[in-house]
Amino acid sequence: MNHRVTSIEHAETRLAWLLVAPALTIILLVSLVPIAVTGWDALHLHDLRLPWLGQPFIGIDNFVEAANDPRFRAALLHTVAFALISVPLELVLGLGLAVMMHAATRGRTFVRVSALLPWAIPTVVAALLWRFMFDVQTGIVAASFRTLGLVGPAFDWFVHPRAAWFPIIAADVWKTTPFVAILLLAGLQTIDPALGEAAEMDGAGPVRRFITITLPLLIPALVVAAAFRMLDALRLFDLAYVVTGGGPGSATEPVSLYAFITLMQRLRFGYGSALSVTAFLLTFAFALVWVRVLGRSITGARS
Amino acid sequence: MAAIVLTGLAKTFPNGHVAIRNVDLGIDDGEFLVLVGPSGCGKSTLLRLIAGLETPTAGRIVIGDVDVTAHSPQLRDLAMVFQSYALYPHMSVRDNLGYGLKVRRTDRAVAAKRIADVAAALDIQALLDRRPAQLSGGERQRVALGRAIVRQPKAFLLDEPLSNLDPALRAQARAELRRLHRTLGATVVYVTHDQEEAMTLAGRVAVMRNGAIEQMAPPLDVYAQPVNTFVAKFIGAPAMNLVPATLVGIGTPSGALAGIRPHDVVLGAHGQIRATVEVVEPRGHDSVLHLRLDPPGVEPFLAIIAGSAVPPAGAHVFLTLPVDRRHLFDGRTGARLE
Amino acid sequence: MSIRPVALVPAIAGVLLLAVLLFPICWMLAASLMPESRLFESRPFLPTAVTFEHYRALFDERNFLVPVRNSLLVSGLTTLVAVPIAALCAYALARLRMRGKGLVLACVLAISMFPQISIVPPLYLILRELRLLNTYPGLVLPYLTFSMPLGVWLLTGFFRQLPKDLEEAAMLDGATRMRALRDVVLPLAAPGIASTAILTFLYCWNEFLFALSFTLGPDRYTVPVAITLFRGRYQVPWGEVLAATVVATIPVALLVLACQRRIVAGLTVGATKG
Repeated sequence: MNHRVTSIEHAETRLAWLLVAPALTIILLVSLVPIAVTGWDALHLHDLRLPWLGQPFIGIDNFVEAANDPRFRAALLHTVAFALISVPLELVLGLGLAVMMHAATRGRTFVRVSALLPWAIPTVVAALLWRFMFDVQTGIVAASFRTLGLVGPAFDWFVHPRAAWFPIIAADVWKTTPFVAILLLAGLQTIDPALGEAAEMDGAGPVRRFITITLPLLIPALVVAAAFRMLDALRLFDLAYVVTGGGPGSATEPVSLYAFITLMQRLRFGYGSALSVTAFLLTFAFALVWVRVLGRSITGARS
Repeated sequence: MAAIVLTGLAKTFPNGHVAIRNVDLGIDDGEFLVLVGPSGCGKSTLLRLIAGLETPTAGRIVIGDVDVTAHSPQLRDLAMVFQSYALYPHMSVRDNLGYGLKVRRTDRAVAAKRIADVAAALDIQALLDRRPAQLSGGERQRVALGRAIVRQPKAFLLDEPLSNLDPALRAQARAELRRLHRTLGATVVYVTHDQEEAMTLAGRVAVMRNGAIEQMAPPLDVYAQPVNTFVAKFIGAPAMNLVPATLVGIGTPSGALAGIRPHDVVLGAHGQIRATVEVVEPRGHDSVLHLRLDPPGVEPFLAIIAGSAVPPAGAHVFLTLPVDRRHLFDGRTGARLE
Repeated sequence: MSIRPVALVPAIAGVLLLAVLLFPICWMLAASLMPESRLFESRPFLPTAVTFEHYRALFDERNFLVPVRNSLLVSGLTTLVAVPIAALCAYALARLRMRGKGLVLACVLAISMFPQISIVPPLYLILRELRLLNTYPGLVLPYLTFSMPLGVWLLTGFFRQLPKDLEEAAMLDGATRMRALRDVVLPLAAPGIASTAILTFLYCWNEFLFALSFTLGPDRYTVPVAITLFRGRYQVPWGEVLAATVVATIPVALLVLACQRRIVAGLTVGATKG
């Protein structure tokens, strides 16, 4: 090995670390330190309302309490159910929107802007919007449901534990379908049109072409979109807080909201940290499994 | 201008791929050396090692009298023309030409004169204020050349500079390159996969395979005296025919191969080998005959006969391999036998 | 070319989807211009009267310009800080040889996956110690937790897309890496940098949880927080809330209209790298 030569590589590596250092330092200081503190807190008793107790180490007691906490278990259930309902919906609708955006030859800009607006709007704005539209007194959607006879004349969406999820899911699907569509559109645009034309010459109709050619080639993009959306869905907070406040009671309370209430309203930092850590670990694991299963089931079915 | 000497040069990439094995190479000052070989043979890697864009795992590189092995590309004072031309898209042609001079803090008046001279020599004065995106392929290629020439470097490195041109433009560009080389007296290292380009441009040709140089010699020498079967088949188109030497009456060493270029084959009513004409491709000036040898030869045999009055498909003919045009190679190693 | 009826189905479905996407926004705009009384009618479908009463109340009584100013400042400051620093880091990750590159990127990705709520308590205590609660830096700092990873992720993708031989040509011309970065790479990466800046600004503008947790009073509330805390004394003042949402949406809409290509470029770079 010629040691004089590697001095060029050393200089380059030194420059690289120099350039990376500021960003890395900031990220470590601003993210990693608080995460570490949260992990630390989760192992201690830390209640801001009871400062005289100090912050004794209590091992995994917080986690044990979480495992036995019915409200936490309900929150987990809510979060997972929400994700399992809204993400597939978004994938399907997003795919439809992407196909349409791909096929549109005129008005491309208009379509893109229309698709981007819901995504770009602040989540709380979207939340308020859908809260407004489902409101029993002022809501146009609520009124439409009543007019169509689908619900009773005095039906209040926000009073029923199951029904209260509708506005939340509607808001989430409305807001993120365009995002999924854009991701899938990028995937669609990488598919060689000659493949579809060859299939057309072979006699395949548009539906068959879509199912046998387009869809399989879109799988990487679908998996990416699914992974992103799954992770985001499991971190649901803004929509739940603003649309229903977690209510009625705690019927629409996702994990993040419960953790927020525990931390910032009940000021139980230790227990709240344990809730956050548990939520993170579970959602991370769940997202991993989801993506693996999705990817393997689709590619496995083909081979 | 300077001479370039490579000693014991080797490059293995981090993923384990051995790109260059132990290359010793001496390029004279003012020489036009062409590195030619199939894709993956390491010719581009060798060029990039000389440029300093890759660092060798072993060996030395000396340019002029300076050991530049540990020098970064900035310090080597070489100019390179990339296959994609690598013109700075956001700068005008003038600024593209002048960038290297600006970085080296060349006096502005001197730089302006050099740019003007080079632009005149390459006939691109009209393009000086345009952006690369507005130029045709041929124009971009000339600007890329101009950018290299303006620098007055120790040597020029060209990485397949003609491969992105229309075939029609290529012949013209080749002639321009030869003319420039004569005028500038520059040391040039030129990489191509096209053996015809190599033959027409090179002062010397280095035929590469798998990271090593198989033969380095003037083009006509490589053509007339290929050092092994690989070089014999790579240089010259269509490729040289190889048949077992026993077919022409040479018994030892056993397994030896006899080679004959399609142009050198003699067809007649008598001869050493019997064959059947399978396909005739008339090319106007001459014809290419695809022959199937009676004693079963391994590969299709090609013969090129002048004119169009040739035996038709299905005819039986006899082939002769004239001794002075015949090459002999060891059957096992492929090395040339005398 | 004749159009078969079946071919119209995706077009019609598409139009329907678009209508669904746009309707709430149009409705929001229309409803914000309706007088309060009409909002509470059982069939508030067609606006008959147009009033700017809600907007007036928004700016006069609720002083809505303050949150708007706060949001603009915080989002702008964060973008100005995060993007250049992330760009330097991204260039190194995309182009330079260094060990541990994959580890750095993986760490950045993993950190960005943490639920925001889990770092609120420690950040709260830290900010309180530093007396930065309810201040602008007190929001910019937490905002860096997501804007730095986002910037590094996006910009690494953009830098990777640039052809390498331009920098190599510059180096052979005698430019150092940093000089090549300045003269050649940055001008070419400008669209990507713009995309990153726009997306960073958008994420900051829309952010809710940190703003809710780290601001204490109306003088430092950002737009999302201010709107959410509009609870009226007796009932939700929908008119003003809607007017506020319209005002909150305008900068976003303008950005989208002006830069939709850049936004899409940013989203798809980030996504395909995942």
